[in-house]
Amino acid sequence: MGLRSYIITRILLTIPTLLLLLSMVFLIMRVLPGDPVALHFEKKATPEQMESMRRALGLDKPLWTQYIEYLGGLVDIGYILEHGYPNLGKSMQTFEEVGGQIFSAFPATLELAFYSMIIASVIGILLGVISSKSYNSILDHLIRGVGTVTYAVPIFFLGIVFQLIFGVYLRWLPTGLRINPVVDPPATITGLYTIDSLLQGNLFKFFESLKALLLPSLTLGIILSGMFVRMTRTNMLETLRLDFVTAAKARGLKESTVTYGYALRNAFLPILTMMGLQFAILLGGAILTETTFSWPGLGRYIVDRINFRDYTAIQGAVVVFGLFVTLVSLVVDILYAYLDPRIRL
Amino acid sequence: MTSLTKKGPSGWIVILGTIIVSALVIMTAIAPWIAPHDPAKTRVGPIREPPSPQFPMGTTHLGQDMLSRILCGGSIMLQVSTLSVLVCFLIGVPLGLFSSYVGGVFDRACSLVIDAVYAFPGLVIAIAISAMLGRGVVNMALSIAVVYIPSYFRVVRSQVLSIKELTYVEAARGIGAKWYTILFRYVFPNVIPSIVVVATINFADAILTAAGLTFIGLGVEIHIPDWGRDLTSGWQYLSSGAWWIIAFPGIMIILLALGFTLIGEGLSELLNPKLQR
Repeated sequence: MGLRSYIITRILLTIPTLLLLLSMVFLIMRVLPGDPVALHFEKKATPEQMESMRRALGLDKPLWTQYIEYLGGLVDIGYILEHGYPNLGKSMQTFEEVGGQIFSAFPATLELAFYSMIIASVIGILLGVISSKSYNSILDHLIRGVGTVTYAVPIFFLGIVFQLIFGVYLRWLPTGLRINPVVDPPATITGLYTIDSLLQGNLFKFFESLKALLLPSLTLGIILSGMFVRMTRTNMLETLRLDFVTAAKARGLKESTVTYGYALRNAFLPILTMMGLQFAILLGGAILTETTFSWPGLGRYIVDRINFRDYTAIQGAVVVFGLFVTLVSLVVDILYAYLDPRIRL
Repeated sequence: MTSLTKKGPSGWIVILGTIIVSALVIMTAIAPWIAPHDPAKTRVGPIREPPSPQFPMGTTHLGQDMLSRILCGGSIMLQVSTLSVLVCFLIGVPLGLFSSYVGGVFDRACSLVIDAVYAFPGLVIAIAISAMLGRGVVNMALSIAVVYIPSYFRVVRSQVLSIKELTYVEAARGIGAKWYTILFRYVFPNVIPSIVVVATINFADAILTAAGLTFIGLGVEIHIPDWGRDLTSGWQYLSSGAWWIIAFPGIMIILLALGFTLIGEGLSELLNPKLQR
């Protein structure tokens, strides 16, 4: 199978997964006990008020009609072309388009996720390689021990500790928001403040947004790195035993060339797959990190909406989380096939 | 116990984890008798007093005794995690056993649904379900359980798929044993060790997820002593610099989750010596 037919098959296989995922969200939000409208008003509204809200949001229609409309809204090309985002319904609180609200919150999450992933990979792969090179030494045990402990640390606890030390006591770094509130955010090109400010050549804004990013992305990155350490270590230990490594050493290549140029390159493929899988965990962690650091992204949005009991908005945000994870796993699989031709066989 | 110590570091890791978890369970169980103050009572002392001889862990922003709240605060997390592990076990294990043994369309359909849940960010599902069901221990446990059922299903399924091809199962089938006898009497016992590993890891995850749900406001009511709840209110008063309201509950959550993680890691290494490397 060529790369192109693999990609097409893989994309087609995504359709049933997506359908299942979307149905699951619908099932949770509409079929599970708990009427969204009644929950929204907390029993403080008259039946007429609740009825008019149901009518306005289309929640008075039979469940299957709602289901079809919900799925239809996501693939309504006309709507997407007009607005730039899919139709996810209207907010119960503000009656604005949920899609638009999510669209404007999304770049913040993307930026946080991007930098956290870099931090997690750098820390994780570096420590993993060191650990495998010094197998069974005190250093190896120490690194593994730290990895185990990071697994048990609630992500928001680490964030709060950082805020307390670097924000409240030392006053070195901001404890929240994407950029210092007295500084205007850079004009939107990609929505990622660090990239936008660089594109506009504004180094001051770049460093301001980097400063705000530092604590949240370190929090998320450190928690995620534990898993990366373990995976890198296991894969490196396997690879370092293989014949081609011994052969490379026998040819008198430098130790670092063998480790990074030969072994790590081969151990990297499973690590890449895991990065894809970790993405779901990263997004879960992003919800808590964003809440801790008042980071105005998708996670913060979902938590805000929960406080307003805005169920249509929660549903939209959950759908977008699902779509994002599915897309990332698709990209990772295709990348994997590109890097390792055996997959396509 | 002695057999565990002979198994090298993994055995010791299991013992260490068990000691931590038992100590915390016992502490929580006897807390009502040893707590110096009523953990819910406000204005026991001054507001946000740092640790002092009178209040060794300080006081909260409502003037509650932090030490008493720490002693009693594990109860909700232990209840939620135990209940969710139980629900996961009761649904995930039989489903995995049955699905993989029967095979065919049923198995494929189950796997597809389970994989979809598995790929989804766990916390997002838990938040969505929790938001719909409302607060409370049972609802929290249920929303966490949905997230972790797939882990049980997948482990059981992969084990059964290899076990059911073994000669002794074939022999049992040959002498005319009924399917449920084969499944529960011959196959199930061999799956138990892996389930125990999944369950201990699940305990740790459930504790962290429960803490996360509490943090975003889907936990228990404010007056109930709970480590997650106290950590959250410590964060809400972050600028006051009252580190003791943050540090003590946080360390307790880490200890509890770490205890279960150690048991799980140690056991999985004992069962799979290959992984020890």
